[in-house]
Amino acid sequence: MALRHKPLTVKLAVTALAMFGFGFALVPLYDVFCDLTGLNGKTAATAASAEAAMIDTSRQVVIEFVARPNKQMPWVFKPEVSRMTVHPGEIHIMNYLAENPTGRMIVGQAVPSVSPGQAALYFHKIECFCFTQQQLAGGKNMLMPLQFYVDPALPSQFSTITLSYTLYDVTNAWQDSSAVSTQPGE
Amino acid sequence: MSAVVTDHEHDHEHHDHKPSGIKRWLYTTNHKDIGTMYLVFALIMFFIGGAMAMVIRAELFQPGMQFVEPNFFNQMTTVHGLIMVFGAVMPAFTGLANWMIPMMIGAPDMALPRMNNWSFWILPFAFLILLMSLFMPGGGPSFGWTFYAPLSTTYSSDSTALFVFSVHIMGISSIMGAINVIVTIFNLRAPGMTWMKMPLFVWTWLITAFLLIMVMPVLAGVVTMVLTDKYFGTSFFDAAGGGDPVLFQHIFWFFGHPEVYIMILPAFGIVSAIVPTFARKPLFGYASMVYATSSIALLSFLVWAHHMFTTGMPVAGALFFMYCTMLIAVPTGVKVFNWVATMWRGAMTFEVPMMFALAFIVLFTIGGFSGLMLAITPADFQYHDTYFVVAHFHYVLVTGAVFSIIAAAYYWLPKWTGHMYDEKLGQWHFWCSLISVNLLFFPMHFVGLAGMPRRIPDYALQFADFNAFISIGGFLFGASQLIFVWVLVKCARGGEKATAQVWEGAEGLEWQVPSPAPYHTFDTPPVIK
Amino acid sequence: MTKTRSLRWSLPALLLAATANATDMPLNMTKGVTEISQQVYDLHMTIFWICCAIGAVVFGAMFWSILRHRKARGVQPAQFHESTKVEILWTAIPVVILILMAIPATKTLIAMEDTTEADVTVLVTGSQWKWHYKYLNTDVEFYSLLATPKEQINNRFAKGENYLLEVDRPLVIPTGKKVRFLMTSDDVIHSWWVPAFAVKKDANPGFINEAWTRVEEPGIYRGQCAELCGKDHAFMPVVVIAKTPADYEQWLNGEAERIAKAKAEEQELLAMNMSMDELMSVGERTYIAYCAACHQPNGEGLAGIFPALKGSSMALNDMAGHIDIVLNGKAGTSMQAYAKQLSLKEIAAVITYERNAWGNNTGELVQAADVHAVLQGKGE
Repeated sequence: MALRHKPLTVKLAVTALAMFGFGFALVPLYDVFCDLTGLNGKTAATAASAEAAMIDTSRQVVIEFVARPNKQMPWVFKPEVSRMTVHPGEIHIMNYLAENPTGRMIVGQAVPSVSPGQAALYFHKIECFCFTQQQLAGGKNMLMPLQFYVDPALPSQFSTITLSYTLYDVTNAWQDSSAVSTQPGE
Repeated sequence: MSAVVTDHEHDHEHHDHKPSGIKRWLYTTNHKDIGTMYLVFALIMFFIGGAMAMVIRAELFQPGMQFVEPNFFNQMTTVHGLIMVFGAVMPAFTGLANWMIPMMIGAPDMALPRMNNWSFWILPFAFLILLMSLFMPGGGPSFGWTFYAPLSTTYSSDSTALFVFSVHIMGISSIMGAINVIVTIFNLRAPGMTWMKMPLFVWTWLITAFLLIMVMPVLAGVVTMVLTDKYFGTSFFDAAGGGDPVLFQHIFWFFGHPEVYIMILPAFGIVSAIVPTFARKPLFGYASMVYATSSIALLSFLVWAHHMFTTGMPVAGALFFMYCTMLIAVPTGVKVFNWVATMWRGAMTFEVPMMFALAFIVLFTIGGFSGLMLAITPADFQYHDTYFVVAHFHYVLVTGAVFSIIAAAYYWLPKWTGHMYDEKLGQWHFWCSLISVNLLFFPMHFVGLAGMPRRIPDYALQFADFNAFISIGGFLFGASQLIFVWVLVKCARGGEKATAQVWEGAEGLEWQVPSPAPYHTFDTPPVIK
Repeated sequence: MTKTRSLRWSLPALLLAATANATDMPLNMTKGVTEISQQVYDLHMTIFWICCAIGAVVFGAMFWSILRHRKARGVQPAQFHESTKVEILWTAIPVVILILMAIPATKTLIAMEDTTEADVTVLVTGSQWKWHYKYLNTDVEFYSLLATPKEQINNRFAKGENYLLEVDRPLVIPTGKKVRFLMTSDDVIHSWWVPAFAVKKDANPGFINEAWTRVEEPGIYRGQCAELCGKDHAFMPVVVIAKTPADYEQWLNGEAERIAKAKAEEQELLAMNMSMDELMSVGERTYIAYCAACHQPNGEGLAGIFPALKGSSMALNDMAGHIDIVLNGKAGTSMQAYAKQLSLKEIAAVITYERNAWGNNTGELVQAADVHAVLQGKGE
């Protein structure tokens, strides 16, 4: 009696287990989906190639830089200028000033977000301080560079791109794992 | 309830070797016993969750903080939701499935009776854990039944581990129950019971069971991620570690939207059984009902992000989810039209099950209309997270799912107990419930449109009068359900003897066995014409 | 039966009574004050009337059937079922209605999402349980907190007209200009909602979202946080004042001046010592506004979520640690860094208060200079 139910029962149980796995598979799938569509304004977590395409001098794009330390992060953190007008294809460098006013070493991680989300697909970072965690001893300050260009393929409806960085204090995670397991965007 | 069944043991043609007392219930593998336990459990949970709703409504009776602290208020809304969804509605449907599916398809029992025992008995522990977490320092879960990260991770109280554990157990229970339903329907149909002869309750439950198997594991996955984010240093939903809080909502609603249909598809099956019985006329479009149910189930996987229009998504995404959501109105409409066409030129009588079924059709449709309004993305920006949404899903879940469960209880009670319930008392229950439930939920539409957000323990003065009114409706609805308990107890203890047929217009295998249904039915499969 | 009937009749009467008494609660969605909010209202009404029409037909047929086709009238049930014609019809008609509905909805949605060419951009940051506004390209930024006194919430004082919908510093925007909002959050997810603008957008930690509005009429517009964000979700309202461009400019300059002046005052304060009484009174005020939500007015915290300050070893023994945690917060917890939210004076006062209230009688005074020293980094 029970024997004839076994194949179907096993199949269904395996389906349930597979769906449990699928729940976790949604995490990387979501990232792929974000990369394809620019959902949620995520930018690539790795460097883009420096060989920029042709410079499109026929139009200009305004880049707005928003930088905010998270409220648990004591650093002062701001861009050198708050906006920049660029031609698509031009490579630019933007410096961010970071200052650690406390008396202890703090590790920071900047999390980028681009709005409108779809524009994230056309915003390429050649070099960025957000690719790695940044250490800063107490009382010190530093300049953190971002090298970027806007893809000339940027659709014309985007005239302004806002790049936001939220800076988090990840000292605890850094100490726990010696900066191995919590690299962002992997 | 135990007295009921033992009363009738002498009726059995079989000699049953079942232990007496508590052991009978602990060890039972009988689908009727397990069904009864599920139903009694669901009723108890309905009252516990209801008591929490009373706390919520008492606090909201007037502006200002009177009875509870905001943190406790949030625990009440959270646990009320969890208990009603996972403790009341879902177990009640599983109980009905246990009782009725084997009898409807001519099977002697569920296919996997021992697993059946397990799926029930782990459930009380899940809810014991959940309820006990309320007494921990810092209180129980207070992040809403949707437990959005990072409120449920970095910012939650220490009882979150208990919440996660409890949801895991509920999930395992539902998945085992669903596997059992599917195997039973696939393997144990009586000869001649072809797919397109199955009663709609069996069909809708079959589709529900598939939905359960597809999405409950995803829920288990997402609570596991919450657990590891909170306690083990992962960063699925923590932006600082490379995660994304919006990802949580995508995974949750991938489970959550099919879950909504898990709670309503069996209700469609129940109403599709009751309306033809009391209209004395066959269901208008049986095949189209089956197709409509299937397409609703399929579409439910494509609409999850309509819960997330305000999270910020590309226009194309919002449009896709808006169109898919609007599309669901079509098969849902087909169902409602079918029920009305079934009534058309029938010969209707209005016993309590029919009254609840009719109320279901009207009030569920109102919930469907507000659902359609919510699908319109630009308008959703104004409705989202207000009392309009609260009104919407309570119309769908209380006057929808719960009313259908009550209708089913009245409909099959004579079959279960062998006695007719007290019709007069039942009518009282119906009218009190109908009036109070509308006093309770209808004004919520207005309060929401006027701008009152949901999940707040205190509100601006303009909402005061309506909230007082809503609270009174809430207390009345709560009290009305005591009549239901009275009816159930009275019917279990005795009453007019029920015939096998019970209802004049009833059709189906369950009406061919005597009332009360013997402990074992269809040991030899019936012949289906 | 008579009783049932009388109950049924009294229902509309009760509803009407409630309507009459409501303190001006509108029964419908607001039309708002922007072109978009008007379009949203129109969409809402269109779909509402469509639903009403469908409802009238379906429920009409149903109630007709209930009245006419009842066994009590001695009717014989018909046995018809299945009709492909009818079934195709009642599938096709809703599809057509839905397509007609989707067209205006799509148009409005595309307009709502077009944030280009804004005149003013405000960065809106939600945090437990307040809003922070920063005007991009200026130095103007401030927190906006609930202004309703605790006594009103606890029913000790009569409630004011704008109970729970009033803040200490409202957001000010110019009329006739496209104002863009960038939303983000410092902790959990919040949602910034002003019904009159039909703007509701989630503030997600680590990510930014955009929305925009163009208000023509000067006025005060009120809203609330719409996403459950923890204990005091009900107590973080949004108040926006729309001013004419001239008034707006004047306000913006005044605000920039105020902020510059406050910074200058900070420096002067460093040389001053405040008395215990002064510190305690400023400290209590600051504590109630910023700290009491979590640590509770009695300093006992909430077991399991927010630690007690009363009798805590940090408040009694560790002054340096105490100043540090108030200034810099504690990562991974709800404790925020207040260095950027409060003045040195307020921080000094609140720490003094915490070390001397509720029986924490350390007798220690913390001065602005002490806070400044920690802020400058003693390790340097």
